Amino acid sequence: MKPGTHSEATSKAARFAHRKRFNRLAIALSMAAMLFGMFWLAWILWETVYIGISSLSVSMLTESTPPAGDELGAGGLANAMMGSFLMVALATFVGAPIGILSGIYLAEYNPQGKLASTVRFINDLLLSAPSIIIGLFVYAVIVMRFREFSGWAGAAALALIVIPIVIRTTENMLALIPASLREAAYALGTPKWKVITRITLVAARAGVLTGILLAVARISGETAPLLFTALNNQFWKASLSGPLANLPVTILQFAMSPYENWQQLAWGGVFLITLAVLGLNILARMLSREKL
Amino acid sequence: MNMAEPPSPTVPIKMAVQDLNFYYGKFLALKSINLDIPERCVTAFIGPSGCGKSTLLRAFNRMFELYPEQRAEGSILLDGENLLTSKQDVALIRARIGMVFQKPTPFPMSIFDNIAFGVKLFENLPRVELEERVEWALRKAALWDEVKDKLPQNGASLSGGQQQRLCIARCIAIKPELLLLDEPCSALDPISTGRIEELIAELKKDYTVIIVTHNMQQAARVSDYTAYMYLGELMEFGETEQMFLKPRRRETEDYITGRFG
Repeated sequence: MKPGTHSEATSKAARFAHRKRFNRLAIALSMAAMLFGMFWLAWILWETVYIGISSLSVSMLTESTPPAGDELGAGGLANAMMGSFLMVALATFVGAPIGILSGIYLAEYNPQGKLASTVRFINDLLLSAPSIIIGLFVYAVIVMRFREFSGWAGAAALALIVIPIVIRTTENMLALIPASLREAAYALGTPKWKVITRITLVAARAGVLTGILLAVARISGETAPLLFTALNNQFWKASLSGPLANLPVTILQFAMSPYENWQQLAWGGVFLITLAVLGLNILARMLSREKL
Repeated sequence: MNMAEPPSPTVPIKMAVQDLNFYYGKFLALKSINLDIPERCVTAFIGPSGCGKSTLLRAFNRMFELYPEQRAEGSILLDGENLLTSKQDVALIRARIGMVFQKPTPFPMSIFDNIAFGVKLFENLPRVELEERVEWALRKAALWDEVKDKLPQNGASLSGGQQQRLCIARCIAIKPELLLLDEPCSALDPISTGRIEELIAELKKDYTVIIVTHNMQQAARVSDYTAYMYLGELMEFGETEQMFLKPRRRETEDYITGRFG
């Protein structure tokens, strides 16, 4: 090849300068997009913390919801927190194992089969179904049948939201496990159930746990599925039968009310949920970063 | 037209492949393979990418059965028993035939458990004997001195070369009769490769070893017999020395000398 002439060199330099300008423009645009997103997120967090913190008090964590128009600072959200905790915990304990087992079926047993692709399709529908529809469904099949709003119905609605999320993440995480690891286990003469429980599921456990945590974060803020199922309750209760207080519906009800003491508690609840969801997300990130 | 000939009548045969056809769906990937693998020797499979070396290897332990669209016809006799039609559980067959893959595949557990896992599948040993077996396998794989102080550590914490020797140790620990090595050094540096080649030379005292390799020098260094494959056919099979010095076929010579492939 001949060495480049002078004019070739200049045209190369011009192209290089053009490429550098284009690069700067692309960086500027993506920075702007990132800042735009961050700005709203930061604002939301700031408002929640700023207003939420001023309404925080010991009584908010220890006392139950006060009557409307009570004096400022009286009463708390203890019953709503307890109710939310009970329903989220039950929904997770029921939904996560079902989700994990289904995810295992989709990824490890006949992933290309007819049943698997049908389940996958329906799961995608369920995953994107508006949560109010799930609430109405549980209302129709449980609340109507027993003629009573209850924490059980609330937990059932939340579990229906957990299941598709966990199925999806479990299947994806298992599919990421290299085929060679699976084959190496089979090559030793390992039976299938042992390959799954001891090798692939263990290798994917960080991802699977992350999926569960994200599902928990998602349902702890869901309001619509609880509106028609758990409803709400003014009193302390540590059982799932009958209408059950919970944070999202309490926030909705209190924030919409004209009473200042309720509005203040709503902000406190918003702050608590934000804090919990933030914590769960950070935990999920830490888990997914941890290698094996 | 098959130029494969049995090595020499004096060497006992560990595995005999007879009229083996292999299909990926409708695609015929192995065409009527006939091959005798001599016992306690190293046999190398060479040939350009896609010629069917790995496919043949994966037929030996019925690994292909994990994928519904793959199937094999013909017979693969291990000590006279046809593995393809055997009534024996496939897990028991696989336990007799160890396999090491291109990339190291440590299990997500401790170094100790990586070895003990396979042993516990088939034997219920008291703790002391299990520990002895793990040490024995790690010594055989020339890894013991490097890991004896960190057995509880995760297998993934080892270097690539160590991980590959861990996988070999895991295979040996269940005392298979045949070892299948599918390009075991392709992801390793020259020093680790050297270690593993020494190990192969050591292992053939007790085991029958089959190695797939893209590296002619490696095939020449470690193997006693070589099979040259091309487009799903076994082109030539014979003693490595004779194959590399005086191949019977022109195509084999072209491939070995690097004029093709």
